[in-house]
Amino acid sequence: MNYQVNEKGYYGEFGGAYIPEMMVPNIEELRLKYLEIINSYDFRQEFVGLLKHYVGRPSPLYLAKRLSEKYQSNIYLKREDLNHTGSHKINNTIGQILVAKKLGKHRIIAETGAGQHGLATATVCALMGLKCIVYMGAVDVERQAPNVKKMRMLGAEVIPALSGNQTLKDATNEAMRDWINNPVDTHYIIGSVVGPHPYPDMVARFQSVISEEIRWQLEEQTGKENPDRIIACVGGGSNAAGAFYHFLDQEKVELIGVEAAGKGIHTPETAATLTLGTPGVLHSSRSILMQTEDGQITEPYSISAGLDYPGIGPMHANLFKTKRAKYLWATDDEVLEAALELTRLEGIIPALESAHALAALKKIQLKPEEITVVNISGRGDKDMDVYLKYFGY
Amino acid sequence: MNRINKLFQEKKERILSVYFTAGYPNLDDTVPTIQALQKNGVDLVEIGMPFSDPVADGPVIQYSSLVSLQNGMSIRKLFEQLKDIRQTVDIPLILMGYINPILQYGVEAFCRKCNEIGIDGLIIPDLPLNVYEEEFKAVFEANNLHNIFLITPQTSEGRLQLIDSISSGFIYMVSGNSTTGAKSSVSDFQKSYFERVNSLGLKNPRMIGFGISNAETFGNACKYARGAIIGSAFVKAMEGSGTLEQKVSGFINAIVIQS
Repeated sequence: MNYQVNEKGYYGEFGGAYIPEMMVPNIEELRLKYLEIINSYDFRQEFVGLLKHYVGRPSPLYLAKRLSEKYQSNIYLKREDLNHTGSHKINNTIGQILVAKKLGKHRIIAETGAGQHGLATATVCALMGLKCIVYMGAVDVERQAPNVKKMRMLGAEVIPALSGNQTLKDATNEAMRDWINNPVDTHYIIGSVVGPHPYPDMVARFQSVISEEIRWQLEEQTGKENPDRIIACVGGGSNAAGAFYHFLDQEKVELIGVEAAGKGIHTPETAATLTLGTPGVLHSSRSILMQTEDGQITEPYSISAGLDYPGIGPMHANLFKTKRAKYLWATDDEVLEAALELTRLEGIIPALESAHALAALKKIQLKPEEITVVNISGRGDKDMDVYLKYFGY
Repeated sequence: MNRINKLFQEKKERILSVYFTAGYPNLDDTVPTIQALQKNGVDLVEIGMPFSDPVADGPVIQYSSLVSLQNGMSIRKLFEQLKDIRQTVDIPLILMGYINPILQYGVEAFCRKCNEIGIDGLIIPDLPLNVYEEEFKAVFEANNLHNIFLITPQTSEGRLQLIDSISSGFIYMVSGNSTTGAKSSVSDFQKSYFERVNSLGLKNPRMIGFGISNAETFGNACKYARGAIIGSAFVKAMEGSGTLEQKVSGFINAIVIQS
């Protein structure tokens, strides 16, 4: 089966571009040009060069010995937390800022939840000398204050989104409205594998460097190209898309995405979209969403500001529907415990988002001879207040 | 004949269309608002179906949508309110809203219900042209519903021609590059855009919307199209004090008499 996007912009029944006419010229321009741009020799040279010399790639693939001992198996960590700006988000923003330049855009907008994508966008805008406006839910501006300060120091304007629940969904609405109002000089750097085609595919391609590296790093270290399974957290799903990408056709590699269950999937305070959602259209693509019977989008909740999104990328909706990938969930409490476990066993403080992937280790059967790769999508610096409050240090 | 086509056949200029959000400010204001709009000489009414995430709308319609949803509005509720509307209202009625609530209701059931009630057209900003043609067109047409497409200053000529070829009521000419409710006067940029569209010899009449808020902007827009659409300014006016009838007649009279 083919799990990639088709020529119409769909993954199975999911995807497409449900955009208002005001966005058509920009999306059409991007759709017609993105493959040509990102496959060009010049682009590859610049992209790969920046990933190596600026971001610090390849990120290590690290055999976590004490964690492996505890789970009686072989657990490797893909260290996206060691990238410049502290998460996988920079892989995509480097790619998109180069696309924006090729398209002749001078003004960059972005949405952000945890602030990691906003930070990664503000960073590449500083690097390229482009104007940067980041929309961030007013609630997230509060709870992710360190990232807001960094974005401002980098020269970005951070605009709090005051509508709805004032989190990621609302920030995305505001960014789309900005683009409608500024259709000529602006490029919208979407931070996840969501939004209208070609964004999900473009972002997945930029993030696919994660699985590309896992393959050769694993072979170098174990003699095998394929692990038995890969685990990654999913909100919109960009780090998971990147970690799964080169293994999608290797059906023997088990792919596991972990959603944020918040206070539990039987409570209203959750963000487990695939577990609880139904098909619909949000932010210009057909996917699976958390919504009421009447088709109104519900407000998600998670302790992690990067995962409280009521939708999910169409690629994941299709992997879920075709059962190519399995999607589990982890509650806030399970996530906090998993974060502390990694910290104490390996000396790595993960982001709350990434701790969701770690929490899944307790939910699956790991065999002693198996190899599992957990994608550590980001580092925990931005979450220290939450950790300190919970653990009482 | 569809009431929209009849209107454009009978009235050649200064057609006034008004948008309001159903269920706002109060849940049961929907029908009295439509009746008052007709009584005060409005030619066409666009009934907004609220959505939680209206990306093409500015703050006024976002807010009215939020309040309407909090009041308990839904497509089901709206259909209930509108079931006898044709006993008192004979001007064309259009439903305007985003695609997701319609998908959840069921496209076919939605269209049948619209036809039953006497709805003449639909405006769904996030229903793309290709999806409309492939999945929606047949059922819209079977239920005598015109799909009204939007065009903007950025819409290419080829696309304008395509939109014209599959449109059957009128074309909604978005005045500028903006979400709803933006401030507007007719700038040179807009003037040349309107003139460019008018020179194409399109078969469908045009209405100008977005940023039309008072007698002056309405009058200006009418120089370049068969009429214009007022949305946010009217929604805002409904927030004021006075009876619903007073607010509607005060607002509409100011437009019709002064422009």
